[in-house]
Amino acid sequence: MHNFLFGIYPYIALSVLIIGSIARYERDPFTWKTSSSQLLRRKQLMLGSVLFHVGVLVIFFGHLVGLLTPIWIFDAMGISHSAKQTLAVVAGGIAGVMALVGGLMLFHRRMTDPRIRKTSSSADIGILALLLAQLILGIGTIFVSLEHLDGYEMTKFMAWAQGIFTFQSDAASHIADVAWIFKLHLVLGLTIFLVFPFTRLVHMLSAPVRYFLRPGYQIVRSRRTKPLSHR
Amino acid sequence: MRVRAQIGMVLNLDKCIGCHTCSVTCKNVWTSRDGVEYAWFNNVETKPGTGYPTDWENQNRWNGGWERTKSGKLQPKQGSKWRILANIFANPDLPEIDDYYEPFDFDYDHLKSAPEMKAFPTARPRSRISGERMEKIEKGPNWEEILGGEFSKRSEDYNFEGIQKDIYGEYENTFMMYLPRLCEHCLNPACAASCPSGAIYKREEDGIVLIDQEKCRGWRMCVSGCPYKKVYYNWSTGKSEKCTLCYPRIESGNPTVCSETCVGRIRYIGVMLYDADKIEAAANAEETTDLYDAQLGVFLDPKDPEVIAAARADGIPEDWIKAAQDSPIWKMAMEWKVAFPLHPEYRTLPMVWYIPPLSPIQNAAEAGAIGMDGAMPDVRNLRIPLKYLANMLTAGDEEPVAYALERMLAMRAYMRSKTVEGVIDESVAKRVGLDGATIEDMYKIMALADYEDRFVIPTTHREQVEEAYDLRGGEGFTNCNGCSSGISQGSLFGGSKKPLKMPEEVR
Repeated sequence: MHNFLFGIYPYIALSVLIIGSIARYERDPFTWKTSSSQLLRRKQLMLGSVLFHVGVLVIFFGHLVGLLTPIWIFDAMGISHSAKQTLAVVAGGIAGVMALVGGLMLFHRRMTDPRIRKTSSSADIGILALLLAQLILGIGTIFVSLEHLDGYEMTKFMAWAQGIFTFQSDAASHIADVAWIFKLHLVLGLTIFLVFPFTRLVHMLSAPVRYFLRPGYQIVRSRRTKPLSHR
Repeated sequence: MRVRAQIGMVLNLDKCIGCHTCSVTCKNVWTSRDGVEYAWFNNVETKPGTGYPTDWENQNRWNGGWERTKSGKLQPKQGSKWRILANIFANPDLPEIDDYYEPFDFDYDHLKSAPEMKAFPTARPRSRISGERMEKIEKGPNWEEILGGEFSKRSEDYNFEGIQKDIYGEYENTFMMYLPRLCEHCLNPACAASCPSGAIYKREEDGIVLIDQEKCRGWRMCVSGCPYKKVYYNWSTGKSEKCTLCYPRIESGNPTVCSETCVGRIRYIGVMLYDADKIEAAANAEETTDLYDAQLGVFLDPKDPEVIAAARADGIPEDWIKAAQDSPIWKMAMEWKVAFPLHPEYRTLPMVWYIPPLSPIQNAAEAGAIGMDGAMPDVRNLRIPLKYLANMLTAGDEEPVAYALERMLAMRAYMRSKTVEGVIDESVAKRVGLDGATIEDMYKIMALADYEDRFVIPTTHREQVEEAYDLRGGEGFTNCNGCSSGISQGSLFGGSKKPLKMPEEVR
């Protein structure tokens, strides 16, 4: 069971994430959107959404860099394992609380405001609940981490995550003995990956970075099948 | 010089009777769907009033349109690209649906399903969003119809800027006019500039501004970016929608639905040629009062041989050049100078223009005593303050509006003298810088307004954009997911591979 959840399930979740997202983008681009509800109710969103998004972005990139950077790079930079863990706990803790507070505001708004409640799909509510549960679990792990700030536990997760991405068959064994709350956090995280392409979360893949690369402001489209000769 | 063609529109406010036929026919065709019940691609406002959405003209509040920065750069008023993206999680300039109105329906079923009771059954309102009972309807798309509501609220109208407005609240001095509004299909659209996804684009061949529904991600910056508040967020689909200038009709040479159904025959549609290279400089004119003239400078004379040659080189079809030469828009905006852009100070170079309305002479009882400029009354004695119209149409510059009104008065005096007294009075025409023949042409187009004179619309050239050979024999069959255009797109999952290219994006 342990091997399935942490050795095989990651590949299932990541495959569905990648293939599902590509298929949705290709076949149903009309559904690829943020589903913003700001127009219907401004209250609670102005603060809640900013807290939630900023918090989640910090956490996301924190996990990405923290888990997937090979440990020797930190060693070479002279960052001790315990220092890295302390940084992760502090930065992650602050961002986590921000995201949780924002998320709870959004959840409350979604459940109690009649306009938002009525126009929400079950996927909208489900994914927000899932993210909130994941945030609570993630903040919960901090209390376990505080008991061992030497960074040894942390290196286990790095070894696991890097093992998964480098296709090592024994990746799951690295985290065989970690606390249950970490395991729950990992399984739920992988589940979020799994459902990602079927929810509004896909809007993060279209973060409009291209806006900066666009020369000037205006866009004019030509439908000509043959370009004008002199241009 | 880079010549492009633009479908433009002029609305003759002098003839608008405020019947809302344009709004209703537009509504029935385009926005009678979930998520856009509150949206009116075309709406008619009674002025003075705060309009729909409320106070839309107040850009200090909504930050729509463009601004010229202190360093002389042109950027969206809601901020540079960085600022726009920084506000992406919560857009502080986005109106709430209550700024338009909460869409409602009535419990009509109760009228026939109610049990027997003492009182007559009623159909009470219900929100179209939440489905909940609405005790009181607080707002609608035309809440100030025929000066509805108290003057203190209506007088928050932005066009009262610089006017001692109190006297216009008095019964004797009150005035009103109608303002039908739709997307301006601007030469320098602020919505397109604000769109982080690049989903909003201007069509090269006819200048219609459209939102690519498949590329729109619902970042909702266009809604706040448009100073006319004519981009609407569909809360059901999560995409923005706007007036399409009825492009399927325009492509086949028909006027838009709002124009076709206008009972007052106030709407004109025609082609304008313009120089795409001049747009940025024109939109960035230093003074806002220069913007009207700057926009006139962008248009190209379709009878100038040099322009015709350049237009041909830039791939503008022959019948489009011909249509530009016969364009009623050109005549009214450029030759007679009776039409003006709506709020040029937004720097979007709008392409739906307006002929200001004449109004009764103020203090008609003293008509004998008021200033008569020869045979014509002084336009400054008209009931609608000149400054009010100027704030709306020329960023506050009264001269061009006064000149237009004088020409319209001259047209009336000339034609009255001709048809009633049988005297052709060239002096009336001369006084406003015209001649009798021009005035008769003005009369034909502005007053008689025959269908052929109002709408000079060339059809689109499908041969330039479609492969007719591929279309042949394909009617009714699709070769991609839900498309029936005959244009087959390449796909990851099969489908025709031949024309695997995106629509070309050009600056």
